Amino acid sequence: MTDLIRLEGIAVHFPVRGGLADLVRRRPAAVVRAVDGIDLTVGPGEVVGLVGESGSGKTTTGRVVVKLTRPTAGRLLLDGADVTKVWGGDALRAYRRRIQLIFQDPYETLNPKQTVHDFVAEPMVVNRTVPSAVERERIVLEAIHSAGLRPAADFAFRYPHELSGGQRQRVVIAGALVLDPDLVVADEPVSMLDVSIRTEILQLMLELRRARGLAYLFITHDLSLAWVLADRIAVMYLGRIVEVGPAPAVIGDPRNPYTRALVSVSPSPEPPAPGVRARREILAGETPDAAHVPPGCRFHPRCPLAFDRCRTDEPPLFDVGAGHASACWLAEGGRPLPAATRLAGS
Amino acid sequence: MTGNIDPRRITRAVEESQAAEADRSDAIRDATAPEVTVPVGGADTLARVEAGFEADAQAAAGIAPAVGGATVPRGRGRRQWPLPKQADPDAPLLVVEGLRTYFAMDGGAEVRAVDGVSFTLNDGEALGIAGESGCGKTTTALSLLRLLPANARVVDGSVRLFGIDLRLKTENQLRRYRWREISIIFQGAMNALNPVRRVGDQVAEPLVERLGQDAAEARKRAGELLELVGIPKARGRAYPHELSGGMRQRAMIAMALACDPAIVIGDEPTTALDVMVQAQILELLERLRRELGLSLILITHDLSVIAETCDRVLIMYAGKVAEEGPVDTVFRRPRHPYTQLLLRAFPNIRADVRTLGTIPGSPPDLRTPPEGCRFHPRCPLAMDVCRTEEPPEVTVHGVRVACHLYPPGGEGTVVPVPIVEVVGAVADPGTGSVA
Repeated sequence: MTDLIRLEGIAVHFPVRGGLADLVRRRPAAVVRAVDGIDLTVGPGEVVGLVGESGSGKTTTGRVVVKLTRPTAGRLLLDGADVTKVWGGDALRAYRRRIQLIFQDPYETLNPKQTVHDFVAEPMVVNRTVPSAVERERIVLEAIHSAGLRPAADFAFRYPHELSGGQRQRVVIAGALVLDPDLVVADEPVSMLDVSIRTEILQLMLELRRARGLAYLFITHDLSLAWVLADRIAVMYLGRIVEVGPAPAVIGDPRNPYTRALVSVSPSPEPPAPGVRARREILAGETPDAAHVPPGCRFHPRCPLAFDRCRTDEPPLFDVGAGHASACWLAEGGRPLPAATRLAGS
Repeated sequence: MTGNIDPRRITRAVEESQAAEADRSDAIRDATAPEVTVPVGGADTLARVEAGFEADAQAAAGIAPAVGGATVPRGRGRRQWPLPKQADPDAPLLVVEGLRTYFAMDGGAEVRAVDGVSFTLNDGEALGIAGESGCGKTTTALSLLRLLPANARVVDGSVRLFGIDLRLKTENQLRRYRWREISIIFQGAMNALNPVRRVGDQVAEPLVERLGQDAAEARKRAGELLELVGIPKARGRAYPHELSGGMRQRAMIAMALACDPAIVIGDEPTTALDVMVQAQILELLERLRRELGLSLILITHDLSVIAETCDRVLIMYAGKVAEEGPVDTVFRRPRHPYTQLLLRAFPNIRADVRTLGTIPGSPPDLRTPPEGCRFHPRCPLAMDVCRTEEPPEVTVHGVRVACHLYPPGGEGTVVPVPIVEVVGAVADPGTGSVA
């Protein structure tokens, strides 16, 4: 099976403009390594959860996939064809027809002066997909309907302020649907929403996947949400994918100390049994900023299991079986992780 | 009452490392002296918090004189300052009864945001208040100190702190209780902190304002408070934008602890934070509870956070209490249909079932709440009586629940709600039960 989307060694480095002092001292310009060489695939109809904390590069990765950000290195392939250099013109329009985006904040995504109808119709106008106005009308109403805003004709001429948060996100989804894309990059699509609305939106997304064979790159900071929704999970830390694999394996048997710590602190609605609290691996400190990436394994300063090699050599992704891989020297040869003997303070 | 409460206190905890016993007596002397009048202009942070509550600058001058009355050094366990004069040393820490807070809307409509909420908070206890947006959880907390927007009014009920009814206090008298007896950690630390003042100065501000400490002393203690919450003292010179989100939230906590209040309210204290930072902050709150014997009210939409940090939980729906009880009982054997559905809507990473339940419908418009039980339009188990009669609050097996399924005098056996719809990636497509 050809991957729908394939990222090969994608890197996004942002130059930081130095001050006058840097110029005088001829210091090299600093670079923020937002994404620093990642491989990732999304198959047709697959849901891939891209999980990471703020500053891990997950949003930038998503922006590369929808071609809002140019990668500084690496290749992007759609159906096996290299589309890295596709920028502007008909080729980009053709690309965007197939890859759409849902942003986090439905309040900021919608133009307050635009009706639901106009918002949903806009991608077709911009991408010049449907020349006939009558046909456009039909598709718009259908998209609004399948986004769960029913009756569609009723919602079509409303303005965003007349809608609730959940309804707004449905409008955003309808807008992403009109071009009948193959992949939707959803960047924290539910993190602004209340629990009951959140479930509705996730339900809608999965319904659309079943009905249309839609694939998702589901970007979230919430590991447990990715676990519920995704077929595969990729965990990012400081611009790198540190672990990737089938969702149950990554959560149930994490092979990277970072993932394991994240799993251990992900809150669950089950009150902890006595003793469970002690097993939380709370990492000290915070994710360093991407302008100062530590040498060696970039997680080593916070890693409870770090040893000498971690401080000097960056680990590649080691296969640990069944499509599951971890970028950790301890996972070399598919070994299981040792127990956390020493916690990095707290 | 005090037997199981750790008598260590903030100052103690700090001073053990600082070995500065003199400070403490100074602090107490200052606390018992009449408070210093400070012009409003110098009270940025506090003024921002209380914006809209001060009629004019005179309000600042009218701080109720501190009380030099009955000292109950051990009576409240961890308490550092004397109790207010009218305090009843034997009364529970906080008893809220029948609290109603209404918002006046344009066009004469009234939103009954909080409509008859009662609860008790005991010394050293952590109570979680949970519910969806608009259920009244934040309004409930803000009503305790009347930190409400101008169009909101506490119309009924009582708020008794050490037996003193705060509802009977005037605005000026109430100022004596803000920060000193009840403090709040606000959600968005970036918005709650003043962007143009150094963090250390902001932490010191309640000390100067409320306890009348002099600037140098307050700054010193602010440094200690910052250390207590895990910020190096030197970082007190930083401005809020120079700190990370987690550090800012720690600074907010330091500020909330500054006057050693009886109760700290956390209003979604970890909502905007990353999971690991959230875990650090929750760990910090837990440690502070343990070391200082803090009493905590934690407001959050995230039941998972409450499951891991609180002793008791109060589930609100549309301005009313749906269910209240010990976390362990309510989370493991939820009774109210809303609690059951709400709990299923959270992913449980420690269980093997990768599914989420849905709650049908959406919360009601509180201008026109439904007749009878407010949850009945969304309740899969709604009966005729639910459409007409409001369910009374009934206490069964140590849990307070307001639902007709649990009538007064009944057994209180859990009535499980049928699974409505389920969302999840591995929910088997073959069964057809999957959405």
